[in-house]
Formats: sequence, C-alpha cells, structure tokens
Amino acid sequence: MTTVALGPVATAPRGSRWRRSRNARAAYLFLLPAFLVMLIITFYPLVFQVWMSFTDYGLTNLKAGAPAPNYVGLANYGRILDNNIVIPNFDFLRILVFNLFWAFTNVVIHVVLGVAIALILNVKGVKFKRFYRAVYILPIVIPPIIVATVWRNLFDPQYGAINQVINGTIGVLFKLPPVQLDWLNQPNPIFSFGPLILPLAYFALLTTNVWLGWPLNSVVATGALQAIPQDLYEAAEMDGAGWWQQFKAVTLPWLRPAMLPFAIYGFVVTFNLFYLSYFMSGGGPFGQTELLVTTAYRLVAEQHLYAVAAAFAIFEFFILLAITLVTNYLGKATAQFDA
Amino acid sequence: MTTPVNTLSRPVARPAPAVRFKQKPEMPIRRQVIFQIACIAIAITVLFPILWIVAMSLDPRDISRPDSLIPPGAGLQAYAKVIAKPTLNDIPFVRLALNSAFIAVIIALASVSIGSMAAYAFSRMQFRGRQVLMIGILAVLMLPAVATIAPLFVQLNKITAGGFNLRASLLGVALAVTSSQLPFAIWNIKGYLDTIPRELEEAAAIDGASRFQTFVRVILPLATPVLAVTAFFGFLAGWTEFYFSNVFLTGNADLTTLAMALNGMVGQYAASTPWSQFAAFSVLVALPVSVVYLFLQRYIISGLTVGGVKG
Repeated sequence: MTTVALGPVATAPRGSRWRRSRNARAAYLFLLPAFLVMLIITFYPLVFQVWMSFTDYGLTNLKAGAPAPNYVGLANYGRILDNNIVIPNFDFLRILVFNLFWAFTNVVIHVVLGVAIALILNVKGVKFKRFYRAVYILPIVIPPIIVATVWRNLFDPQYGAINQVINGTIGVLFKLPPVQLDWLNQPNPIFSFGPLILPLAYFALLTTNVWLGWPLNSVVATGALQAIPQDLYEAAEMDGAGWWQQFKAVTLPWLRPAMLPFAIYGFVVTFNLFYLSYFMSGGGPFGQTELLVTTAYRLVAEQHLYAVAAAFAIFEFFILLAITLVTNYLGKATAQFDA
Repeated sequence: MTTPVNTLSRPVARPAPAVRFKQKPEMPIRRQVIFQIACIAIAITVLFPILWIVAMSLDPRDISRPDSLIPPGAGLQAYAKVIAKPTLNDIPFVRLALNSAFIAVIIALASVSIGSMAAYAFSRMQFRGRQVLMIGILAVLMLPAVATIAPLFVQLNKITAGGFNLRASLLGVALAVTSSQLPFAIWNIKGYLDTIPRELEEAAAIDGASRFQTFVRVILPLATPVLAVTAFFGFLAGWTEFYFSNVFLTGNADLTTLAMALNGMVGQYAASTPWSQFAAFSVLVALPVSVVYLFLQRYIISGLTVGGVKG
C-alpha cells in the first residue's frame, strides 16, 4: 500500500486561511455524491459483511420480520478451514494452491508470449504489420463471458473443434485412431503433488486464457518497445553486440518498467477470473478447477450460506492483500537489483 | 496496492521516428517468408475460434460441428430462431437485450457522472483526508465484485415498497455493479485529468468562473475521451453482467438478462440448445460491444502503454 502513486499534488494556493478552507469545502462538495453512493453501496456492505461473518445468517433470516441471526463467533471461519462445508469436494487449501498456481502459470505464459510476439512485429521490414496488429487485438474486444462459453463449445468431446483438429492433423499424419478427449471432465488428474492437482481441464482453461491474455501483454510490450531510442541499438551494434546481447542490454531493461506492473495487475485479474472456471469446467472435475471467486459465488448462489460466504470473502480479502504486498515487494526488489 | 493500470491517459506525442542515417537494405526474402509464416500461424490461432462460431451460427442444419467456413445453404435461420425465442420461456431477444441495456446504461451514467466529479477533486484539490480516501478507493478496487455479493444481497433485499423489492429488480443489480464500477471510474478518470495542463483552468478562474463552472465548461470537454471510455467500460460491465443478476433476479422470468440466457444455454444446468442457436446468440451479444471497443481501442491502448511506462 505504500507505493500508491497519488499523482501530482494539486497546487494548493498558499493564500489566506479563508481561501484554503474554501478550497477544501469545494473539494468536499465535489466528493459528496461519490462519497454518499460508496458509503451506501460499498463501504456499509463491507462493514456489514464483517458482522455477518460472525453470525449464522442464512435463508431464514432474509424474510421481513424474521428473527435476527445468532452470534456464532469464529465458527464460520473454522468451518472453512476445516472443510466443513456442504459444497462437494470443498478443500480450502487445495483451492488456494490451485488458484495461486493458475494465476502464476497464466501470467508467465502471457508475458513471455506477449513480449515474443511484440518483438516479431517490431522487426524492421516485416510486411503487413498493421494487419497483424489489427487481427491480434480481437480476443481483447470480445466479452469474457462469450469467450468462456465459446471455448467450452470448442472443447466438447464429441463435437468440439479441438478434438476434430487433433484428429484431422496429428491423427491423420500418424494414422492414429480418432481421440475423444473429454477435456473439461476427464476425471484422472494429469499431475498431482500434495495439494496441487492438475486435471486435464486445467490445461483446457489455460489454453483458453492464453488465447485471451497474450494480446494485451503484446500491446503493452509494443508500446514499451517503440519507446526505446533507436540510437541505443545503433551504439550496441557498433560495439559489436549480437542480437541476444542487444536484447539483454537494451531491450529487457527498457521493457521491465512497463511489463512488471502490468504482470502484477494481470496476476490479480487472473487470480479472480470468474468466467472461465465457472462456464467451461464448472469447477470440475471434483472441484479441482474451482477458484476462490467461484467458490464464494457458489456459497451464495447455490448454498445460500450468506454468513459463510461473508467469512470466505474476508479470507479472500486478506489473501489478496498478501499477494499485493508480496508482489509489490518483489517488484521493488528486482527493480533495485536492476539498478 | 498493485499499481493499477489506467486504461487511458492523454496520448503523449511519440518521439519522432529515428532519422535513418543509412538506408538499410530490404529484408532478405527468406527471412521475410519465415516471419510471414509465423505471423500467419499466430493469426490463425487468434481467428479460429471466432470463425468457428460465426460459421456455426450460419449453419442451417442445426448440427453441432461446422464442416466448412461457409456451410452449404448458409443462412440466418438460427438468428431468426434465437431472436424470436432465445430461452425456454416466451421472452423475445429484444426483452433480454433491453433488460441488459437498462442495467448497462445506469452503470455507465452513474459511474461517469459521479466518478468524474470525485476524480476532479482528487486530481486538482488539496483537502484533509485526501490520502486516506484514495487508499480506501484503491482497496475497494482490489476486491473482486463477487466478494461483496452476500452483504449486497441481504441489504438490497431489505428495501421493499409494496410489491417491489430492490434486490429482485434491474435497478438493484445496476446498483450492485456500480458499487464496484465507481472506484474504477474515479481512478481511471483521475489518471487522465492529472495529465491535463492547469493553465486553462487558471485562465477560467481569472475570468471569474467558479470551480463548478470550470469543471463543466473547461475540464469535461477536455476529458471527453476518458469519459467515453469509462462509460463504455461501465456499459460493458452491465451488458454482460452475470453473477449479480443470476442471484438477485430470481423468480421473475421477465427480468432475464442476456448473460442469464447464455447460462441457460451452456451453463452447468443447461437445457440442450442447438449449437447453431447458441452461436448466433453469442454473436448477437458480442458484436455490438466488440465493434464499439474496436472504435475506442486507440484511446484505450494509448493509455495502457503510456500509463504502463509511467507506472
């Protein structure tokens, strides 16, 4: 929280005290509508959520005139940590580990692919660059919910495009019998180590999110690449630096300040990515692709356990806070290492 | 807080392309071919899902797998069906679209009008509690919208008047989404206002304009691009809103939204829908917002890159 860039400080006229207080009054008037709205629909519900997490608020407490819920102390938090929740296959540690792994692998692939493709399109003399850039932007402009449902269709075992393409290319080349991979529901995990379980569905979700995620990284990387002064490369070339040395000495240091904050931002976005898990695999098989956000959603939408959902959301808040602090620290540490 | 990425800031003049001291020879043809193959391969992976779904939507045979880009007898039958009766209920597509558009317009208007005023105060004025309020807004920005669904449900459910329950209404959903959209709007607009030079406002102040007049006559016109982009993101959030509407709008089929209908087609508990109709529906939902996004793309992206470099 310490690195919040608050922008240029407004020029407070160092005039009379009266003038300054009038200035502050104007500021509060401008803030009033936002303050009122956020007080009612943002901050109050958040405080209410904390209170709710210590009660047994459920469906019965919703009706008008219903009795107030009972105070239960930390019972809801305990139930979550003990996996004592009616959601089938609920395992808090497994969900958390999977969620972290999901966000991390996605961001690494997004950044590497995004930078690589930006580099290709930044090579002098490649033709039709404008056309390619226009095409590569398309995944960004399609609403994520549509992306999720369309890819669910593509991964369908019988009619989906993915199996058909595999059969039509690799299958024909190597004369293999047609496969009918059940990408999103195949029950045997591909990889399993302690709480980290990766079913085939994880790879389907990963593929989808890579399709969705690299273009924006590429756009950001392109912006950073175009800001690099060309004479740096010319100087490096005169010093006899090869392609790789130029990349290491000139390109990477100039990319880092743009890509690092964006990667951190991408990590948080991917960590909370609701649509793919919910619409493609439905969290399956056996809840193995469930994320924290989809679990929180199911607690309300399917189980109506409002109090447990509130406690769960508070866990989520602290997890996100920890992620933010750690990534911020890492970002600064690597920046110093760089200098 | 992670450095939030402003989606937009004033386009900064790019440094003029480096003057070419020596005219480099054209790229050798073999390298050019290799690059073109790579670029085309990437383009195919990007375009494939899009073309697949469009081809499927045009297929008159209600089959689940298109076998050519333009299927034999391609037509708009699936579109006609899905416009007339997209769900199991007797609700036409227009009804769904109007419900979603209603939510979307409220979010867009509320977040831009309220957000721009707050952003102006944060960008230009000095007052006690400024830092605390900004950090408060950033902290909310970090929370996923799903995390506040339980308290919002309970709170909005308490507000009833006659047979009307705010929770079970389109307005209630719009309010719930605005709760997470407004912090984003404030942050996004503030980032842009910070880059507008102050001289014009000072001139207006010398001419005797009040703060509010300056804001309306000087700042808002200059900030049109960021207002358009912020409004668009608000609209987009409402147009494809799923989690609040799916939980809030129970028991009244007339309030079904586009995303809820989509969930009915392909969600976990989906009834079997011919896939050509699902495809047509997807195209109808995505096309309008995607086209607008493409138009605004230039502004959105220049902000991303410049903001990123600054961050």
